[in-house]
Amino acid sequence: MRLVETLIEPIFLSQFQFALTIGFHILFPTLTIGLGFYLVVVELLWLVTREELYYRTYRFWAKIFAINFGVGVVTGVVMEFQFGTNWARFVTATANVFAPFLYFEVLTAFFLEAGFLGIMLFGWKRVRPAVHFTATILVAGGAIISAGWIMAANSWMQTPAGFQIANGKFIVTDFAAAMFNPSFPIRVTHMLLACFETAVFGVAGISAYFLLKGTNVLFYRRCMGVALLMAAVFAPLQVFVGDTGGREVFRSQPAKLAAIEGHWETNKNGGAPFSIVGIPDMKKEETLYRIEIPNGLSLLVTHTRNGRVPGLKEFPRQDRPNSLVIFWTFRLMTGIGFIFLLVMLWAAFLWWRGQIFHNSLFLKTLVVIQPLGWLAVETGWVTAEVGRQPWLVYNLVRTSQGTSPIPAGNVIWSIALFVVIFLAIGGSYLHYVFKTLRAGPDFASPIPPIQRPAGLKVIENLPGPPEGV
Amino acid sequence: MLLVDAWAGLVGFAVILYVLLDGISLGVGLLFPIGGDEKERTVLMSTIAPVWDANQTWLLFGGASIFAAFPVLFGVLASALYIPLMTFVMGLIFRGVTFEFRADATQKKIWDRCFFWGSLVAVLSQGIMLGAILTGIRVSGREFAGGPLDWFNPFSLMVGLALVPGYVMLASCYLVIKTTGVIQQRAYAHAFWATLAVFFFMAMVTVWTPFHYPLVWKHWFAPPRIYFVWCFPLLGLVAAYKLLASLKARREIAPLAYAVILFLSGYFGLMTSLYPYVIPPAITVWDAAAQQETLRFILWGAIIVLPFVCGYAIYSYSVFRGKVGSGETYYS
Repeated sequence: MRLVETLIEPIFLSQFQFALTIGFHILFPTLTIGLGFYLVVVELLWLVTREELYYRTYRFWAKIFAINFGVGVVTGVVMEFQFGTNWARFVTATANVFAPFLYFEVLTAFFLEAGFLGIMLFGWKRVRPAVHFTATILVAGGAIISAGWIMAANSWMQTPAGFQIANGKFIVTDFAAAMFNPSFPIRVTHMLLACFETAVFGVAGISAYFLLKGTNVLFYRRCMGVALLMAAVFAPLQVFVGDTGGREVFRSQPAKLAAIEGHWETNKNGGAPFSIVGIPDMKKEETLYRIEIPNGLSLLVTHTRNGRVPGLKEFPRQDRPNSLVIFWTFRLMTGIGFIFLLVMLWAAFLWWRGQIFHNSLFLKTLVVIQPLGWLAVETGWVTAEVGRQPWLVYNLVRTSQGTSPIPAGNVIWSIALFVVIFLAIGGSYLHYVFKTLRAGPDFASPIPPIQRPAGLKVIENLPGPPEGV
Repeated sequence: MLLVDAWAGLVGFAVILYVLLDGISLGVGLLFPIGGDEKERTVLMSTIAPVWDANQTWLLFGGASIFAAFPVLFGVLASALYIPLMTFVMGLIFRGVTFEFRADATQKKIWDRCFFWGSLVAVLSQGIMLGAILTGIRVSGREFAGGPLDWFNPFSLMVGLALVPGYVMLASCYLVIKTTGVIQQRAYAHAFWATLAVFFFMAMVTVWTPFHYPLVWKHWFAPPRIYFVWCFPLLGLVAAYKLLASLKARREIAPLAYAVILFLSGYFGLMTSLYPYVIPPAITVWDAAAQQETLRFILWGAIIVLPFVCGYAIYSYSVFRGKVGSGETYYS
C-alpha cells in the first residue's frame, strides 16, 4: 500500500512527468546539436572543395535534421511551461536566479535557430552560398548556445552559486557566479561532446549499413569518412572530460558520487575499491555481489592510491539518492563511452591498413553501436538527476518543497496523454526517418544556379553500379 | 517601479506579437478543412513553412519573460490553467510535427487532419485561458488556491470560440498576400465572413465584461480611463469597416494591416480594463515582479538582443517574400 500511495502523490507524479517529457525531448536536441555541427563541416567542405558529393551529403542529412528539429521544437515547448504547471513553488522561490537562464536561452538561441532554419532548409534557391553557410552556422551555433544556457540552469541546481536567501526566496547577488557555477564548465562540455558523438556515430552507423548493402557506395563512404574523422576527436576527448566530471561530482556532490559507486563505508585505512558490478541495497546499506578492483575508486576520483572517499553512510538516510538506479545507469553510460573509444582505436588501425571501408566486421560493429549514443545520453541524465535527489536545488530546496498546489488527478491526466502522444510522435518520427533513409540521397535534382561554384566537380559514375565492398 | 512597468510593456509586446504571428500560422491550420484539395493545402502549408517556427518562438519568449520578470504570475497562471495550458501545448505538438511529416508522407490526409485538429485545440485552449484570466483566479498569498476546473465557464468558452474566427481572419488576410488565383479568391471570402464573426464576438465581449466584472466597470467608467477607454472600441469599429471595404475592393496588403489593427484595438481594450492587475482581482504587476536586479539584467538583454532578433526575422521574411506558386514546396 505504501508503494501505491507514493505513486499517486503529486510530487512523484510531477517528477515522473518531468522525467518522461524531458527524457523524450532530449533525444531530439541531442541529434540537432551534433548533426548541426556535422552539417557545418560538410558545407564547409563543399564550399572549399566544390565537390558535388559534399552538396549531396548535406542535402541528404539536412532532411533528417529537419524532421528531427521539428520534433525537438514542439516537444521542447512543454518543458518551459512545466516549471509553472508542476513546480510553481520552485518557480516562486528561485526564479530571480534560475529564470534568466531560460529567458536568455530563448533570446539568444531559439530566435537564432528559428530565424535561420527556414533559410538553411528552404533557402538554397534564394540566397548566395556565403549567406547559406552563415545560416547553417547560426542554426548549429544556436543549438549549442541553447545547450549552454540549459546546462547553466541545470548545473546551478546541482552546484548553486551567486545568490542569497531571504524569507525563503533566492536573491541574486552575482549573475556571472550563478551562471559559471562550479559544475557548469565541465558539464556543458560533457553534454556537447555527448551530442557530437551521438550524431557522428549515428551517421557512421547508418552509412555503414548502406555500405554493407552496397548501395551508393561512394556517397556513404564520404558520409562515413567525415563522421569518423570527427568521432576520432570526440571519443578520446569525452573519456578525458568524463573523468574530470567525475572528480567534480566527488568535490561538490559527495553523496551522489558515493551512490553512483555503491560505496557505503568511508575508507579509513587504505584505498577505496571500485565495484565493476554489484547490487546496491538501500535498506541493508551495502552493495551485494560486488566484483571489485582494489584501490580503484580512490585512484579514479582522487588520483591517489589511498585517497579518502566518503561513503554513503556518512549522509542521513533522507538525504541519499537511490544508489541502485544510478550505480547502473552510470556504468551503462561510461561503458558506452569506452566502447566508442575502442571502436575509434580499431578504426585508426584499419585506416592505417587502408581497410576502413572494407572490413565488414567493423562496418557491422558500427551498425550495432549506432543507437548507443542516445542510450548514453539518457542514462547519463538519469545519473545526474536521480543523483541530485532528494534536492531540487542541491542541499537547499527539497524536491517535495517545489511542487504546484494542484491535485494528483491533473498530473495523471497529462501523463496519460503525453504517453499516447509520444508513442504516436515517436513512431511517426521513426517511420519518416527510415523512409528518408530508404529513399537514399537525391542525385537528380539540379544544383540551384545561385549555388553553382566555378570549377564545380560533378559526381561521375553515379548512381552507377555499386562497387565491391 | 518604472522597471516593472517597462517589463509589463515588454511582456505585453511579446504576447501580442506572438498572437499576431502565430495567429496567422494557427489560422492557416483552421482553414485546412475548407482549403480546397490536397495540392492547395500544400500551398497553404508552404506559405508558413519557413516562418512558423520563428513565429512560435515568440510564445517561448513571452513565457520565459513572464517566468523571469513576473514569476508569481507564471506560477499561479500555469497551476490554475494546468489543463487548458497542457492541452494547448499538446495541440501545438500535433500541429508542429505536421510541417515535416506531411512533406514526407505519401498519405497526406492523416497529417491534414492532425494539422487542423492540433490547430483547433491550440486556438480554443488559448481563448479559454484568456477568458479564464478575465474571469478571475482564486489565490491565497502568492499561490493558486482554486480547483482544477475553475477555468471552465461560459465566458471562457465564448472567448475560446471567438478566437477561431479571429485567427481565420488573420490567416486569410495573410493568404491574400501570399497566394494567387482560386486560393486567393477563397481567402478573400473567408476573410470577409471571419471579420463579421470577429466583430460580433468583440462587441459581445465589450458589452459582457464591464457588467460581469466590477473591476472592469470601475476601470472603464472612472477617470482617468473614462477619457480614453472609448477610443479602442471606436478604433475597432473603424478597422472592421475598413477591413471589409478593402476585401470588397480586392486589395492585397491593406486587409492584413486592418486585421492587425482590429486585433490591437481588442488587445489594448483588454489591457486598459485589467492594468495594473495581472491576475484579477488579487495580484498586480508589482506583486508579481521579480527582484530589481533580475529585471534590470534581463531588460538589458532584451534591449541589446531584440533589435537583432527583429532584424533577422524581417530578413527571413524578405528571403521568402512573394507569392507561393501552386504546388510549390520549398524543397528544391
